[in-house]
Amino acid sequence: MANQSEEQNQEQQQRPIVMVHRLPTFSFSFANRLKTHYHLFDPLDSPDLIDLHRDSVRAIFCVGPSPVTSELIARYPCLEIIVGSSAGVDHIDLRECRRRGIAVTNAGNAFSEAAAEYAVGLLIDALRRVSAGDRFVRAGLWPKAGEYPLGFKLGGKRVGIVGLGSIGSEVANRLAAFGCSIAYNSRKKKPSVPYPYYAKVCDLAVNSDVLVVCCALADETHHIINKDVMTALGKEGVIINVGRGKLVDEKELVQFLVRGEIGGAGLDVFENEPYVPKELFTMDNVVLSPHRAVLTQESFEAIQEVVVANLEAFFANKPLVSPVQNE
Amino acid sequence: MESIGVLMVCPSSTYLEQELSKRFSLYKFWTFSDKTQFVKTHSNSIRAIVGAAAAGADAALIDSLPKLEIVASFSVGLDKVDLIKCKDKGIRVTNTPDVLTDDVADLAIGLILAVLRRLCECDRYVRSGKWKKGDFKLTTKFTGKTVGIIGLGRIGIGIAKRAEAFSCPISYYSRTEKPELKYKYYSNVLDLASNCDILVVACPLTAETHHIINREVIDALGPKGVLINIGRGPHVDEVELVSALLEGRLGGAGLDVFEHEPNVPEELFGLENVVLLPHVGSGTVETRKSMADIVIGNLEAHFLKKPLLTPVV
Repeated sequence: MANQSEEQNQEQQQRPIVMVHRLPTFSFSFANRLKTHYHLFDPLDSPDLIDLHRDSVRAIFCVGPSPVTSELIARYPCLEIIVGSSAGVDHIDLRECRRRGIAVTNAGNAFSEAAAEYAVGLLIDALRRVSAGDRFVRAGLWPKAGEYPLGFKLGGKRVGIVGLGSIGSEVANRLAAFGCSIAYNSRKKKPSVPYPYYAKVCDLAVNSDVLVVCCALADETHHIINKDVMTALGKEGVIINVGRGKLVDEKELVQFLVRGEIGGAGLDVFENEPYVPKELFTMDNVVLSPHRAVLTQESFEAIQEVVVANLEAFFANKPLVSPVQNE
Repeated sequence: MESIGVLMVCPSSTYLEQELSKRFSLYKFWTFSDKTQFVKTHSNSIRAIVGAAAAGADAALIDSLPKLEIVASFSVGLDKVDLIKCKDKGIRVTNTPDVLTDDVADLAIGLILAVLRRLCECDRYVRSGKWKKGDFKLTTKFTGKTVGIIGLGRIGIGIAKRAEAFSCPISYYSRTEKPELKYKYYSNVLDLASNCDILVVACPLTAETHHIINREVIDALGPKGVLINIGRGPHVDEVELVSALLEGRLGGAGLDVFEHEPNVPEELFGLENVVLLPHVGSGTVETRKSMADIVIGNLEAHFLKKPLLTPVV
């Protein structure tokens, strides 16, 4: 028996090392699956092994949005790839990766459908007051108050999509079936897309009733939804954010909502999560969600496949499945 | 037309009230405490009734108004109007079809997403101020799930088209198969319920569809299934629904309508896998105005002896 387990141990030692990088509150469910191919090294479980593995770690598996700083990257001189498991990779120091020539992968399309349908759900909820209506019924107010205030129609709304990547395209496909007209903003016009393109978000906002924010967070997109964009969207406009909190100037958004200068909002992400501005808690034209757009059973199964496929491709010197363009 | 007596039986739209009182001699039934006395006094002047989803014209009311010529309902469903009686007495009946189709279909999809993705529960959680990072639950993705629709009329088709954009296979039950549609047909509700993830009730309420969702159907849908009702409350055996939800025999429910509106079973108030709405299927500013315009248009056409816009009887 002793021999057998030694053998197993030896066999495991020979597998490629993958460093698991996670915040203490994050865990992942498919460690056993990865262990059959890789020797997993988790510094949170065995901090004493960091020095031992320093020079042999070529791949990091980053669980969810655990921050990957330049200090962390500097600790592993042989690092060649960071396999991410989230759609956005703003938690990874991309500049440092670029400098060192380290490849980064993201969730690819694993989360696109879940995030896109969530955006549609938030939009219907905000326009039709679903969460507020549910609150009204559960509070026992229906028999007392009688008629519930009217919502707004989704059909015919002009929806502007900020960031027409895989999530944005899925949002567009769905909302087209509700009779919405679609337009978009992104860094570059996409020649294969039939929707009108606006190079400036402000111009998109002027011509939209709804903005759905689903672009990546980068220096250029920080506060892409600012005061001017909100003014352009106007007082019946609705903002849906399933991207990142910092894409929206949250202080301004709260002020616009408080003053009634914008029609409503559906927010899955916030600037300083898990902090959410208290002013929003009493508004019926706002839907608040704790960063869950991608958290479905199905997308977790899909992300396992993407992570496994990227690791396999890397160690087999094949093209990565979902590389992040890091120019 | 100012002398024509129009009886509005329940409140439905302030805009409609305003527009009706500009044109007719409008009586608001709910503002009179002694209804019997009111009917006695005005029985010879009331020539039209304006109903809605909550109230219409039953046999007794129709019989008590000998001059009644038309019932114009501010709703698509006419389950609160005694249609046979109206037919017998030559009373015309109109509803407000089409204009509310999109809103009801939108809300059906909204309810599906709210139940599967726990939108209302999420909103409650954030508003409670208890959100802690890393604390999460996985929900179920809607995209790709099988949607079964009971009643493939205008609203049912609207729901099917929207669900198709979420890559959902569509199947349906209705009295007769619609061969022109590519969706899978089941000739009974039980088979439909056994073969779908989400079951949506979108048929008219009639004697045959009363409690069309009974214990058997609920059990066929099962502990992972979701029931959506945007039709009428009595489509669903509510007592059975409540016990199935409490016992975990059904995965979830999104309900815009209830058997005894505005009363909702309080046992549901503590459940996170249900979404409860106060009958707002057509409740948008835009659509309620279109519906009111149709009611007014039907009444004007009738009294000007022109063809009705949306006649049913």
